Amino acid sequence: MEFAELIKTPRVDGVVLHRPFMPTVEGTLCLTGHHLILSSRQDNTEELWLLHANIDSTEKRFVGSLGTIIVKCKDLRVIQLDIPGMEECLNIASSIEALSTLDSVSLMYPFFYRPLFEVIEDGWQSFAPEESFRDLESMTDEWRLSEVNKDFSVCPSYPSLLTVPKDIDDESLCKAASFRHGGRFPVLSYYHKKNGMVMMRAAQPLTGTNGRRCKEDEKLINATLCAGKRGYIIDTRTIAVAQQAKARGGGFEQEANYPQWRRIHKAIERSNVLQDSLIKLVEACNDQSHSMDRWLSKLEASNWQSNVKEILTTACLAAQCIDREGASVLVHGTEGTDSTLQVTSLAQIILDPACRTIRGFEALIEREWLQAGHPFHQRCAQSAYSNGKPRSEAPVFLLFLDCVWQILRQFPCSFQFNENLLIMLFEHAYTSQFGTFLGNCVAERGKLQLSQKTVSLWSWVNRPQELERFLNPLYEPNNLVIWPSVAPQSLLLWEGVFLRWNRSTKCLDEAYQEMVHIIEYNKELQNKVNSLRRQLAQLETEDKMVADLK
Amino acid sequence: MEHIRTPKVEQVKLLDRFSNKSVIGTLHLTATHLIFVESNSTSAQEIWILHHHIASVEKLSLTTSGCPLLIQCRNFRLVHFVIPRERDCHDIYSSLLRLLRPVSYDELYAFSYNPKQNDQQREEGWQLIDLAAEFERMGVPCDQWQLTDVNREYKVCETYPRDLYVPITASKPIIVGSSRFRSKGRFPVLTYFYQEKKAAVCRCSQPLSGFSARCLEDEHMLQAISKANHNSRYVYVMDTRPKLNALANRAAGKGYENEDNYSNIRFQFVGIENIHVMRGSLQKLLEVVGTRSLSMTDYLVGLENSGWLRHIKAIMDAAIFLAKAVTVEGASVLVHCSDGWDRTAQVCALGSLLMDPYYRTIKGFMVLIEKDWISFGHKFADRCDQLDPDPKEVSPIFTQFLECVWQLTEQFPQAFEFSEWFLIQIHEHVHSCQFGNFLGNSQRQREVLQLKERTYSLWAHLLSEKQNYLNPVYSPSFAESHPVLEPSTQACHFKFWRNMYHQYDRSMHPRQSILKQVLTFKESNRELEGTVQALKTKLQKFGVSTSPLKPQTPPRERSLPPRPQSLILGAPLLSRKEVQQEEDEEVFGEEAREDAPASTDGERTVEGSSATENGYGELTGSFGSKNEPAVVTLEFGVARMTC
Repeated sequence: MEFAELIKTPRVDGVVLHRPFMPTVEGTLCLTGHHLILSSRQDNTEELWLLHANIDSTEKRFVGSLGTIIVKCKDLRVIQLDIPGMEECLNIASSIEALSTLDSVSLMYPFFYRPLFEVIEDGWQSFAPEESFRDLESMTDEWRLSEVNKDFSVCPSYPSLLTVPKDIDDESLCKAASFRHGGRFPVLSYYHKKNGMVMMRAAQPLTGTNGRRCKEDEKLINATLCAGKRGYIIDTRTIAVAQQAKARGGGFEQEANYPQWRRIHKAIERSNVLQDSLIKLVEACNDQSHSMDRWLSKLEASNWQSNVKEILTTACLAAQCIDREGASVLVHGTEGTDSTLQVTSLAQIILDPACRTIRGFEALIEREWLQAGHPFHQRCAQSAYSNGKPRSEAPVFLLFLDCVWQILRQFPCSFQFNENLLIMLFEHAYTSQFGTFLGNCVAERGKLQLSQKTVSLWSWVNRPQELERFLNPLYEPNNLVIWPSVAPQSLLLWEGVFLRWNRSTKCLDEAYQEMVHIIEYNKELQNKVNSLRRQLAQLETEDKMVADLK
Repeated sequence: MEHIRTPKVEQVKLLDRFSNKSVIGTLHLTATHLIFVESNSTSAQEIWILHHHIASVEKLSLTTSGCPLLIQCRNFRLVHFVIPRERDCHDIYSSLLRLLRPVSYDELYAFSYNPKQNDQQREEGWQLIDLAAEFERMGVPCDQWQLTDVNREYKVCETYPRDLYVPITASKPIIVGSSRFRSKGRFPVLTYFYQEKKAAVCRCSQPLSGFSARCLEDEHMLQAISKANHNSRYVYVMDTRPKLNALANRAAGKGYENEDNYSNIRFQFVGIENIHVMRGSLQKLLEVVGTRSLSMTDYLVGLENSGWLRHIKAIMDAAIFLAKAVTVEGASVLVHCSDGWDRTAQVCALGSLLMDPYYRTIKGFMVLIEKDWISFGHKFADRCDQLDPDPKEVSPIFTQFLECVWQLTEQFPQAFEFSEWFLIQIHEHVHSCQFGNFLGNSQRQREVLQLKERTYSLWAHLLSEKQNYLNPVYSPSFAESHPVLEPSTQACHFKFWRNMYHQYDRSMHPRQSILKQVLTFKESNRELEGTVQALKTKLQKFGVSTSPLKPQTPPRERSLPPRPQSLILGAPLLSRKEVQQEEDEEVFGEEAREDAPASTDGERTVEGSSATENGYGELTGSFGSKNEPAVVTLEFGVARMTC
């Protein structure tokens, strides 16, 4: 298909762009296959380049022959375009509509994008499963890398290589897979070096109403326990929801069949509820009425902060089981692709200092989200402004990032990266020039040939020039477990995302710059002192030598 | 001391407010403090509670482990002891009941507190703040405003200070006449003068207008205020009460100005609620945030139902209205409420702070409090329950003012020389009765009490520890670019002040503090600059010439580029510099100021954080959890300075 067919009016002059807290810009609006561009004729004025894929929804209004298009973006920004001429406006609106809702993945911008930078390190190769297994091997020999899912037939949403207990053969894995939703049998998620405890993740067991059991599944997870030790199964659903799942063939582990495991139920919401929560939250944040009570009730009614608290609490609980109780943990919900991943990845941030570095955090997202089969394409198809009925959209990943931000706020010196990295990941998960977040699982990405046809986000982020702005100047590595507070008073609204376009951040930005400057100046002074000391020491030795000679 | 029957109790258990943790220690009762010393611990924590800080003591019913004693403090600390023997508990309880209700001013801590200073130092401390100098700084007296001696002997208004500034055209008969027409004789006087536009902020109490009464002198007085400002034809009269309250007052012979009787006034109601509503609101707020295992829903609903942030916003809105009228329109404004010492003080002080950068410095903030609160007779003794309590008079009016300032520091992190710990420390001492500044209800009463001779000034004490209260990112040049602060009043910018209301609930605080870190860096920078100088001097002795040290102000662009748009994804024409701008989003916000700087009682680092103190879930007792390391309470400087 040619994009040109969809573009009826490629160019309109005299368009006025309104953005909150910024001066209006008048200029020429151009539509290309992937971008909406507004360029003023003056130099030094900012241009607007907006990916069609970033557009969540549009509204049009007419006053006489002046048309107005309100563009609502997936990054939660809202802009307004005043377009002279009714026909032009209608054409532009329908083109935007068509171009922003293209169904075919292969028409997406990442397949057309050519980087203007030299790819030094190919991000597609940066986080191979073999590599993390090598790290694991250096700590324990209890695990092996299985190729049972080589052709994605055992579990379509898993990667081809999986870390499983050494004593369990591939045949048992296949049997266990048939007992778990979507074939997602228990695999290793995290090994806690400090005490050798592990965290595994899976999907719900298919016990059904008549209490089916699977010896191989039991054997598989028991193999992860040390002799005489017990473990915890963290089910991210409430007991009631888990019970209901039985009727649809799902269920949970029965105590009788898993005597060495204690089950804990938590209440993380399902994805469609989360999408609703996001929509309500963004609506509350965009409410321009200045009434205090309305704001607080709307914030409350959105339930967003409750969701943050619940997810964070569950992750802390998993981490607590591992680190404090010295027990291994199995995490699952229903499908094992959403709340399960929120919990396992957050628990690792709490437990593992490596995940708090930029590189380690990227590896975590690669491992626990992309390769673990979080369906990014489905979940991030639409954002908070979508008019359409949500299908499988849900801000699961955004909630994870929000939780990371909460921990970052409470431990501002323990992360190598700053808030900018989290915001950037949010943006790219929803729309991007890079291929990283396309597709729903490893198998799909392979079919789309993303690693050959698109550029990886990591190729770009890990360039030294780019990395700079994601660095946290306050970072001081520490090897400790970091336990965040989950009291409601300690959890804040993530303003950097949700109020980002509704406030002027100039004062805050300047204050941040000042802080960066103070820290940089400190380094500079320290270097100066060192070099002066060296110089002095040298002079003193020389002096002494002269004196000795005399 | 005669009230203390049991000075020491051992084996007392201190329960944590929000978790199931507890520690054992010894309780000491002294004439001024209740002290808890943790036993059997390497880093034994000590809790010092000043009797004046105690708002209430409650003896709960006997349990198997002993007799629980619940102590609630005005600085929002809540401690829960369990005392093994009931008799000891009862002794402590009844002693405290007596000790926390001093019957005369002489019993207040300020009269026995001695920071080992001589009389001269004490005197110097009291001379730090000079209000005459402050009016001079504003440019008063001038050709339109003069100092009047009408209240020299407190004859016209006993709750006002001796020195008052009025328009030159306001003669003594007018003043006296006007004062008779105003509640408690509080006639309109100058409190802030905006020199740039010659606009004045005046304050007074409500007129005794009833349904129809009028007073020509009072009308003349307002006329005089209006005439003193050539920039504007009218004066704003801000009645800070809700209209309904003002109407109700008319029935009692009070009320508000009738626009028909006063020429050239613009009358405006603002709608800040009265002291009783505020007291109830804070009580509700504290109940909500004091709940154990509070859910997010209950927290947000409770926050809303308490109305606390709504009241804070109402005060802020009023102050912004005032500042706009003065700075934008150049109009003079007369502010009053009922008696003109609560809401009026809030609005005048906050409005001045928005208009004048001086009040955003440490010294200037002290001056502001001294002027609008202390000298103009905010009834600290009654509102803060210092003596002879009338529970109906207690109200967190001053606390609200401090909170409004905090909300501003959140929006303008570089505008204030001080950090939130300065505000919290002032709050601490408004209730501590350790220094003389806030004792009593009026200047006259303070003179009778001879506070300047018998007690010490808080301001000297705070200045001596100034480095603890500095805001590391404060930029004096911010005042030049933002002489008038224009805060956003969107509801989402009003936040719960956790560090005030949960000051002592350590488990809720961030475990690492940006504020503390940056302060440390700044301190280190200062030292390193010294070291560099010293090294250079040494090097010069060897005949090495060195370049002068680079000035700290960087050759950096001070003003940032316009607000960047994000996600200009893949825009091939963008230069890298522009892309750089895209993601420069804030990270500073509220994180900036989380913690006490240089708190002496142990580092609040990550080691202190623990899984169990957060109570994530149902693991208790399952496999026998390990003991947590001792928790150090956040007591910024309090224990240290009170002993």
